[in-house]
Amino acid sequence: MAHQQVKFYQTGTLTVGNRLLDEDNRTVQATMDRSNSLDSGHRACQGCGEALGARYAIDAAMRATDNQLIAANATGCLEVFTTPYPESAWRIPWIHSLFGNAAAVATGIAAALKVKGKKEVRVIAQGGDGGTTDIGFGCLSGMFERNDDVLYICYDNQGYMNTGVQRSSATPGGARTATTMPVGPQPGADFDKGKNVPSIAMAHNIPYVATASVDRLHDLEAKVKKAMSMHGARYIQVFVPCPLGWGSQPAKTVNLARLAIESGIYPLFEAEHGEITSVTKIRNLVQVDEYLKHQRRFAHVMKNPEQLSAIQATADRNIQKYGLLGGQE
Amino acid sequence: MLKQIEGSHGVAEAVALCRPEVICCYPITPQTHIVEDLGALVKSGKLENCEYINVESEFGALSVGIGSSAAGARTYTATASQGMLFMAEAVYNASGLGLPIVMTVGNRAIGAPINIWNDQTDSMSVRDAGWIQLFVEDNQQAVDIHIQAFKIAERLSLPVMVCMDGFILTHAYEGIDVPDQEQVDKFLPPFEPRQSLDPNDPISLGAMVGPEAYTEVRYLAHHKQTQALDLIPEINEEFKQIFGRDSGGLISTYNIEDADTVIVTLGSVIGTIQEVVDEQRSQGAKIGALTIRSFRPFPFEAIRSALEGAKRVVVFEKCLAVGLGGIVATNVRLALDGVAVTVYTVIGGLGGRPITRKSLHHLFENAVKDELEEVTFLDLKTDVVERELERERQLIRSGSIAENILRDVGVVDAAKTA
Repeated sequence: MAHQQVKFYQTGTLTVGNRLLDEDNRTVQATMDRSNSLDSGHRACQGCGEALGARYAIDAAMRATDNQLIAANATGCLEVFTTPYPESAWRIPWIHSLFGNAAAVATGIAAALKVKGKKEVRVIAQGGDGGTTDIGFGCLSGMFERNDDVLYICYDNQGYMNTGVQRSSATPGGARTATTMPVGPQPGADFDKGKNVPSIAMAHNIPYVATASVDRLHDLEAKVKKAMSMHGARYIQVFVPCPLGWGSQPAKTVNLARLAIESGIYPLFEAEHGEITSVTKIRNLVQVDEYLKHQRRFAHVMKNPEQLSAIQATADRNIQKYGLLGGQE
Repeated sequence: MLKQIEGSHGVAEAVALCRPEVICCYPITPQTHIVEDLGALVKSGKLENCEYINVESEFGALSVGIGSSAAGARTYTATASQGMLFMAEAVYNASGLGLPIVMTVGNRAIGAPINIWNDQTDSMSVRDAGWIQLFVEDNQQAVDIHIQAFKIAERLSLPVMVCMDGFILTHAYEGIDVPDQEQVDKFLPPFEPRQSLDPNDPISLGAMVGPEAYTEVRYLAHHKQTQALDLIPEINEEFKQIFGRDSGGLISTYNIEDADTVIVTLGSVIGTIQEVVDEQRSQGAKIGALTIRSFRPFPFEAIRSALEGAKRVVVFEKCLAVGLGGIVATNVRLALDGVAVTVYTVIGGLGGRPITRKSLHHLFENAVKDELEEVTFLDLKTDVVERELERERQLIRSGSIAENILRDVGVVDAAKTA
């Protein structure tokens, strides 16, 4: 099971201060000994979902490994905003090699650690969706297939944001990007295209696959912790809104991440060895327009009933396929 | 111990003696036997403490190598031809990061047209990528220079490419003196990285460098390479002390002391060239030969001082800079800047075309008489070329050049050449 949401009678909601939780269940960020692996002072945009996701994920991994962690990073926003040398925001051993090889570099690090008998040191590879689902996909699939002892975290903001918001294979149908402009009879990105990497990861029968979102950071931490309790190839894809690329308010990042989950457009689940083991149920079901209307990349969709219903149909299919209903209050 | 073995097997044994900790393997002809043999050595337990990884591509192979080397493991891989091009981005990255990886290149032509046979275009395509490039003459040298390559790489924290002619060396069986482990251990200390990824001493590697520092970083890459001009001969000397064999350092010369004409080349073809030089010398020609072992860094001074006394230099190379001519020749001309010597370029052996003594005799005789074109394509079938050019003049839709030439040359001739 992922992080279990509990309604607290003290507050009457799912939200509660850490003091009411067992120490084990408290967020890593609330602890005095948090590692601050991705330290403050980096150059991410306001409201960057990726910075938030990476901070929680890496700190959780640091706690799970007793600070014995090495990370390989693909080229992309996360790499650029954290390391305009000599300013590095990383307090962990960190390497950036190329755009398309983070998974392979991590494999190499894991191999070196194994041969040197450093069993306690663990390896993470990380990148954005472009570096993962497109250019890095060959190396990623190779790492999965060999079951190398690497946790790969993809921060999915649904496009090439670092190069100025172009379409990736993770960009959803209808979305405006610089290479899928809203012109012509079918504005935005094409529908019925794109790559579902969590499903492809599952098809490699690797020990652990999960999707997560920055609207529920406890869940993200729990998934990272679980992943680090296992060995072999593991994959977590974190939904990280991008105010710049999506044309959304920086203050709306967490809210948008939640609406994506609550509309069913971004299903959250865990899978082990190719089988789904848990699904995050929708608590307050919303229609997709609730999620889309805050994003300028979908402004044209809001005026286009056909596209809007296509996106709603995607959400409905997810709800059906993953059984997302049943969590309502 | 003297063994009658395949060149690839010799290299595999030499690499194993260097105790690599991570080997990334991806098959591509003609280097495949090397990584196959290493796999068997790991499986059999003869090569201990080594992770042998079957990767998904050459790009993956060198990327895994970048990770393992950055984490402090002695790392080896091998490639050729298309594989070199496929990993090109990682080739530049490994040297930029200063990772002392050793990679064998089983030199092979590049497509299209696809061709699996030997020339040296693959290594040449990355000559300026920041790797040290050592070309070997024979399989004994292949063994010896692989052992030296790890030491050079680790001393400078730079990657080294050992380039050996595909098939001609990789698949040739000959007597090789394979050193014993004790000797190699004495020569090559355990790998102490200059930088490594360690949770107890966290560093950021591969950070973005802007205009304020990029020039200095690149200058230092150049500076470091030039240090290898001293280090390569020095390590060759150390090697000679322990193993009793001389691998020649930066260049090797053959009968150049009184030579008017010097043939300059890289790799295994020097064997044939030396024979032809001997035969022509017996007929009175003052001819000699020079082999460039270290192509990067390029040994300007060594080459200049060796060639200064010559009247003419014939650079014989198995590669082609399309639109320019010779790659090696261009470099040699730079080394001879200001020296009164004529430099001829000869392109030969492309895509495995045999380089025969007969053709070389003819070539060198013409050279001595100064009757060579500035750029000569050895044994070029000019009639075939002319017919294709005529077809192109006659027809717009003249078809694919490669297929037209094959049809023209005919099956029998193709089989004979292969």
